[in-house]
Amino acid sequence: MISVEDIRKNFGNLRALDGVSVELSKGRSYAFIGPNGSGKTTLIKCILGLVIPTSGDIRLEGESILNQWDYRASIGYMPQIGRYPDNMRIGQLMDMMMNIRNHSGALDEELIAEFRLRDMYDKPMHGLSGGTRQKVSAALAFLFNPPMLILDEPTAGLDPVSVEILKDKINRERTDGKLIVITSHVMSDLDELSSEVIYICDGRIHYNDSIDNLKQETGHESLGRAISKIMNRTATA
Amino acid sequence: MPRIIKYILYDILRTRFILFYTLFLLLSAVGMYQLDSDTSKVVLSMMNIVLIVVPLVSIVFTTIHFYNSYEFIELMLAQPVNRTVVFLSQYLSVALSLLLAYTVGIGLPMVFYGTEASGLTLILSGAMLTLVFVSLAFLSAVLTRDKAKAIGVALLFWFYFSLIFDAFVLWILYSFSDYPLEKVTVALIALNPVDLARILMILQLDVSALMGYTGAFFKDFFGGGMGFAFATGVLLLWVAVPLGLAMRVFKRKDL
Repeated sequence: MISVEDIRKNFGNLRALDGVSVELSKGRSYAFIGPNGSGKTTLIKCILGLVIPTSGDIRLEGESILNQWDYRASIGYMPQIGRYPDNMRIGQLMDMMMNIRNHSGALDEELIAEFRLRDMYDKPMHGLSGGTRQKVSAALAFLFNPPMLILDEPTAGLDPVSVEILKDKINRERTDGKLIVITSHVMSDLDELSSEVIYICDGRIHYNDSIDNLKQETGHESLGRAISKIMNRTATA
Repeated sequence: MPRIIKYILYDILRTRFILFYTLFLLLSAVGMYQLDSDTSKVVLSMMNIVLIVVPLVSIVFTTIHFYNSYEFIELMLAQPVNRTVVFLSQYLSVALSLLLAYTVGIGLPMVFYGTEASGLTLILSGAMLTLVFVSLAFLSAVLTRDKAKAIGVALLFWFYFSLIFDAFVLWILYSFSDYPLEKVTVALIALNPVDLARILMILQLDVSALMGYTGAFFKDFFGGGMGFAFATGVLLLWVAVPLGLAMRVFKRKDL
């Protein structure tokens, strides 16, 4: 569905992405793993059009997305830190997003219902806890039923009950045939939520295969151990 | 876009800062009217406040607001929407809220106590200054990567136009006082929106006689309809050029 073709991105002298190519297809769930500052977020931001690559191309269903904006109707994005205007109410934010999206199909309000956000529609953003803001971000990402979901650290800051609600939702969407991209530092979450691993380090992709293959290859049952083996291998290579 | 502006405007108008700003202008205007019964003197005193406070508040508030909304702007840009729309709705909401605060703060006492043409010129030139400095603030915000630096650049703009530039003009006038400098001075003044606003006001107030020969020349140049149109036109350029530059940078900016 999305093909990233030899993307490079320099921030001054820093090479954030150094020739990244990857194919992301429908019905699969990709875990982006890598140390801090490895280029995961930059890659996600390139796909979202927030960062403009120095060279290379990104295609959605064959069409280049560079300098386009309407393609983002097929992406739902949950940012790592959700900060909203202080005096805006949750309901107003939802209404504003619906206006921006101009969505004609059915809305997916499952998360709004399960997180009981409707009861808080009148509350202004500045009074909300970090976890509640995270719930709002999650609900917004799924609201417009997009075929592709990009979730940046989705479970960080959520209480255990909400984490399970969100995980169930992600897995339901995956079996529905959506493309899901998740970054997280919580390996057990990624183990439950994703089928493929993409290991990024220093702006390059060092490993790209299914989680099952990774476990078989390294002989470890837990994703965390398997990944650290890969990390050590790339560090010594 | 109107709906985005509506909600962002609603958000900004409820910030304490805007309320304080309105209240401050309101109180100082009422205070001036209480102290003096001559309206043109009141307008002159208010002008001195407006020329210092309006640029400072506009540029600092806008820069801080931009950086506080950074994550929200990011989220909006991840939606199917053009960057120009996001940028312009941010600009219009901030500009409208500051304009509203200014017109209420300065205008309400005028309605209450009564004023003449000079009062309207004060409202007009203050409003223009607001727009100019909001544009400059957006420029400083998109050119920098963090909030502290952006506020620094914004303050530098304010210092430059409120203090440094005038010192520079004085130095030129003093050093070249043997030459006829009237036209040069007009050209120099066009380079500073604060001075333009000041001249517009002073000419309305009939105190230009105090400024000697140059004052008489200004009166001749800016006093007529042409001069007024010139000053307003140049001020509009001061709004449009930084805004256009900021938009160009924003369209290619990495967030």
